Amino acid sequence: MASLATIKPRRAAKTLLVTSFTLILLLLFLSPFAFMVFTSLKTPEQISVIGAPIWPAAVATFEYNGKELDMYTVPMNKCEGSEDSNDTNGLALVKKGTRASTFVDPDDLARGEFVCQVSWRALDRPWQFSPTFSNYTEVWNSINFPRLLWNTFFYAVATTVGVLISCTLVAYGFSRFDFPGRDFLFVVLIATIFLPAFVTVIPTYTFFQRIDWVGTWLPLIVPTFFANAFDVFLLRQYFMTIPREMDEAAMIDGASRFRVLTSILLPQSYPVLLAVTVFHIVYAWNDFFGPLIYLSTNRAAWPVSVALNTFNGIYGQKPQLIQAGALMTLLLPLLLFIFAQRFFVQGIVITGVDK
Amino acid sequence: MFQELQRGLPKLPTIRSYRAMTPLKRREMREGLLYISPWLVGFLIFTLLPILASLVFSFMDLRITDGITSAPKFVGLANYEQMLKDPQIWSLQSGTRGSLWITLFFGMISLPVGLLLPLAIALLMNSRHLKGQMAFRSAFYMPFIIPFVAAVFLWGGMLNPETGWINRALMAMGVPRASVPNWANDINWVYPTYVIMGIWGIGNAMLIFLAGLQGVPTDLYDAAKVDGANGWQSFWKVTFPMISPVVFYNLVLGVVFLFQYFLVPLVVNQGTGRPGGATMFFNLYLYKTFFTFQNMSYGATMAWLLFVLILITTVFLFWSAKYWVYYAGEKRS
Repeated sequence: MASLATIKPRRAAKTLLVTSFTLILLLLFLSPFAFMVFTSLKTPEQISVIGAPIWPAAVATFEYNGKELDMYTVPMNKCEGSEDSNDTNGLALVKKGTRASTFVDPDDLARGEFVCQVSWRALDRPWQFSPTFSNYTEVWNSINFPRLLWNTFFYAVATTVGVLISCTLVAYGFSRFDFPGRDFLFVVLIATIFLPAFVTVIPTYTFFQRIDWVGTWLPLIVPTFFANAFDVFLLRQYFMTIPREMDEAAMIDGASRFRVLTSILLPQSYPVLLAVTVFHIVYAWNDFFGPLIYLSTNRAAWPVSVALNTFNGIYGQKPQLIQAGALMTLLLPLLLFIFAQRFFVQGIVITGVDK
Repeated sequence: MFQELQRGLPKLPTIRSYRAMTPLKRREMREGLLYISPWLVGFLIFTLLPILASLVFSFMDLRITDGITSAPKFVGLANYEQMLKDPQIWSLQSGTRGSLWITLFFGMISLPVGLLLPLAIALLMNSRHLKGQMAFRSAFYMPFIIPFVAAVFLWGGMLNPETGWINRALMAMGVPRASVPNWANDINWVYPTYVIMGIWGIGNAMLIFLAGLQGVPTDLYDAAKVDGANGWQSFWKVTFPMISPVVFYNLVLGVVFLFQYFLVPLVVNQGTGRPGGATMFFNLYLYKTFFTFQNMSYGATMAWLLFVLILITTVFLFWSAKYWVYYAGEKRS
């Protein structure tokens, strides 16, 4: 039987163990973010050098007689005048040579220039931390990033408005009106989640092409005004937690059904309305398939997701630009998530857990 | 969400039942239908009509480029005959495996990871020994909201055979340079690559598992302990039955998602099917049939095959749920 005195330290040790294990797991899980940030701050020179450090760095240089000299790590016993030394020093390369090169020691300038019997190509180079921010400006300017951001923003806002209006009305209909066939229709609504996209995309795309909507935003925006299963479900579940007695009291006072929605239900539903809003903004911001099929012919209307996909082709050999573009693309959803995480979590829990 | 579907189809009203309604009830019905009309109209235009149009297309010979005036060419079952013989769908040979088998094979690898990993992390989150549960929960969910293309690029960089951190770490652990994986470019490593890229999508399932776990009454665990159950037994006898509805939910969503898997191969391997045709998933083949080769009718035929396959699978899953999914109290929501 463990005494009280031993239980507490044991619990503390377990807490420490579980928490630090989770922390390590989380760091591994999120390590691609560090990769992205580090890579986006690198110079093309660093990318092309095998064995360069993983953090953004530049080869150390030293200014000598008005010239920028590259630094190398040199074993001092190869140099004239210090054959007995076991040190390796960082030296600045003055004159390149295949078998012997001339160096100067930045820490010992008094020694002047001296020759070492080394091939400069085989030497390691000392790196120093040196982030480069020009990758961001290059991506920003070369693919007209402000335009892409504006397109994406417009798409997100327009479709969020459509989702909020239509899904609120439909959820109100499903949660507050009793009529035969309602539950059947609701089952049909939920079942649309299982529908493979292509079975509807092929005729819909053909239809939109016939009416000349392909290449415009309309095929992406208009359907959002006709509600969707996920958001209707979310809103309906929330409306059903609000007591019906409040509606009835308002209706006795002469309020219309629409007035009940706007004055009784909506003011109490701001958490779920916010959840739907943030979900949909993030969904639209990240949407790739819709803009890919409907906008690929119209470059001027591209959102960031579609433009980013072309980076592989344009910047295949320039990972620093790909990562800078990825960072600029994910910044807004990330910030939105950080400020509204409570609503994300609640919304998901409502859809997945039957209460 | 799916509990609604598990009670079977509710009855539709008949004309007789409508006639028997009081005027007040009829008015409520009219108003209710008016409120749900945005969805009703949208369902007809953007769902039901297209499904039927796909079916009609599958009996025709159509290209996207066909003019609106060209006479419709009905070809009977020709598209279905072509589909049933199409080696790009059905071939079992390992070098040229058909796209349907690729999809199923990848699903077999990906689905267990997509369920067990979020469950494991949710169990960890639910541990009473974990400090800062809220912060961890948000952090593990967070990659889910990263734009899909950006996430693929981040992982593509991590898994780059030369410069990626994963191979650097492998080499640092002593794996020789010659034998580190070539990830997305190696026929044997491309599926693990996709599975790793999919790990960032576990957030949703993890949150739902966690909510399920938090809903398990603690007195059940106490009772199991009194009866002498060990950790393994109490998981299978208490935890699993209690969270079976959320397991079912995540399972169904995972299956439907994997049947339609194709965006990752479209971005990572540019939709070419490289390496060696291993990434020509069914939906990718379908996408190319329609958008690249502009073959509407064959695309529609394939889409209907997929529709039927998903339907059969989900009906089977819902049927099986009767035997292993346990709804506490069975209360109407």
